[in-house]
Amino acid sequence: MNNVQKQKRANKSLPFFFKDEFKVSFIIILISTVLLISTFSFDIVPPILNRGIQPATFPKGLLVLIIVLTSIVYYLSFKKPWEIKKKLPQPFFLTLLSFVFFIFISKTLDFFLAISLLSVFVSYCWGERRVFYLILVSIIFPIIVFIFFETILGLRFPPGIITNIYYQV
Amino acid sequence: MENLYLMFAPLLSSKLMIVLVFGTLFGLILGVLPGLGPTTGGALILPFTMTLDPLSAIVLLTAIYCSATYGGAITAVLINTPGTPAAAATCLDGYPLAQKGEAGRALGMATVSSTIGGIFSVIVLVFFAPLLAQLAYEFGQPEYFALAIFGLTMLASIGEGSPIKNLIAGAFGILISTIGKDFMTSIERFTYGINELSEGIGFIPVVVGLFAISEMLTQSTSLDQIFKRVALKAVKLPSILDYKKTWKTILRSSGIGSFIGVLPAEGGTVASLIGYSEAKRWSKNPEEFGKGSVEGIAGAEAANNAATGGAMVPTLALGIPGSATTAVILTGLIIHGVRPGPDLFREQPEFLYGIFGSMLIANILFFIFGFFGAKIFARITLVPNKLLWPMIFAVSVCGTYSLSQSMLDVWIMLFFGVIGFFMRRYGFSVVPVIIGLILGELVEGTLRQSLVIFEGNWLLFLTRPIVVTFFILSLIALIFPLLRKKKKYE
Repeated sequence: MNNVQKQKRANKSLPFFFKDEFKVSFIIILISTVLLISTFSFDIVPPILNRGIQPATFPKGLLVLIIVLTSIVYYLSFKKPWEIKKKLPQPFFLTLLSFVFFIFISKTLDFFLAISLLSVFVSYCWGERRVFYLILVSIIFPIIVFIFFETILGLRFPPGIITNIYYQV
Repeated sequence: MENLYLMFAPLLSSKLMIVLVFGTLFGLILGVLPGLGPTTGGALILPFTMTLDPLSAIVLLTAIYCSATYGGAITAVLINTPGTPAAAATCLDGYPLAQKGEAGRALGMATVSSTIGGIFSVIVLVFFAPLLAQLAYEFGQPEYFALAIFGLTMLASIGEGSPIKNLIAGAFGILISTIGKDFMTSIERFTYGINELSEGIGFIPVVVGLFAISEMLTQSTSLDQIFKRVALKAVKLPSILDYKKTWKTILRSSGIGSFIGVLPAEGGTVASLIGYSEAKRWSKNPEEFGKGSVEGIAGAEAANNAATGGAMVPTLALGIPGSATTAVILTGLIIHGVRPGPDLFREQPEFLYGIFGSMLIANILFFIFGFFGAKIFARITLVPNKLLWPMIFAVSVCGTYSLSQSMLDVWIMLFFGVIGFFMRRYGFSVVPVIIGLILGELVEGTLRQSLVIFEGNWLLFLTRPIVVTFFILSLIALIFPLLRKKKKYE
């Protein structure tokens, strides 16, 4: 018995709330419902100034449409279950984690330091071990990008420990 | 005659020629690299276009569009992986033919049919865009609303993902466009006290996130993938026998591609699939398809490149994008202060004919580069993902930041990268989000202005013939993919 068949059999025995169809539909409907509720707190235009429809009406309609269509997608999944997905591998989670670190470092230390660290981290996690190439993606290439944006587009990057040194020089 | 002169004016300007050559080369590189493509590339290069004049900027973007669409065929033939989604159908016969030791013949056929399809579509663009623009003078707010609705319902049949999932993604795109201050009343929506969101969410952070960052996450899940590359000696021009076998297919697919391109929201992917299946249906040797048929390559490649010119027709004449890449080009036009629509044809013909001419030249340039340089371009696929994607990340982050120098745009890009990854993982195409986002303001604006005209009476929409026509077309667009799916199951 191959892995896919094993997975299919395992999926059949899963309770409905563990299936992708349910999880995805549930998340979409939940978020849409929360957003729909929040539209009721939008300011209302007084009738004398109101032209056409209220500003909340259009997003409300869209959110109801999304909820209805998602319910249909979920209903259709009973007839044709979704394809079973492979588990996400470790490099995916490490790449995702690197985004979190990128946000943290670029907010607290330096934008370009964050890019360099993310580049070397992702490259290493994806299997690169050659030092020259790690230096290429983490130092040489970001410097080229920085100079390119700085000189050609005249862009001023957000302040940080490295960019401040460059701007002071 | 004057228009003809305006069309070929780019040839006289050395600056425009440099832009064209650079755009074509850059587009080929983007097309060759799986995961990148004209939409991502166009979005990434958009900040750089700010240093150019409007014509050069749009010429650059359109050259990228034309050549990247062709570039996808190189990877499709040599490593059985479409460089762009539009080249997916090319794999079906391109790779088997290459495996038989005829990679040069396969690429030669792809190059010639792409060029003919591309040139054919530019001719369609030159003739039909002004006609459509003339028709647009009849359009008021209700007609534009109905047209935008038609464009959105066409998302149901864009080829990737299920029709309903595409519609959900389209509605999500429109919802994103409602974030920020309401343009009619200045009332804030979905801003939750974040001042920077008052101006709404920019197009570029969303596009770069949905295409580049989500692709980076997708690549992280398939690092063990090994591509088998077929050796290529040189690209060969098709033989007389091949021409005899394929000329009807090329012409038919050029027509199909141009027509599908003109339809709002449809693009090269749908065009190539239909071009391929029609080539098979009309072929005298349908049994050869899937085993290395040159007709299959010609059918798919002529159609996807023909869709490029076709997709520019509604983009320029009506401001409705014909595909995800033309949505980026439309953003480029708006950033440079050019408002697409009928007035553009009357007031700036030199600008428009400059674009038409440049597209024509771009098609000839990618023929030359493709013919003589396919072997070199194919080597780009040897750049390992573990080096390529961190570099693309660096460019994506800086490019996104540069447009409005806002770190919030960078966070939005990362957020949509993650959203895009999960959307693709669960069968939701990201293209409808882009189309929805760009059409969102038009849909809401024209709906509300129409209701002001109609004094709140919705039924008055049905008193206007053009509106009714678009509503009927929208219904067909919604029902057709469902019927097609039902037929497929039967």
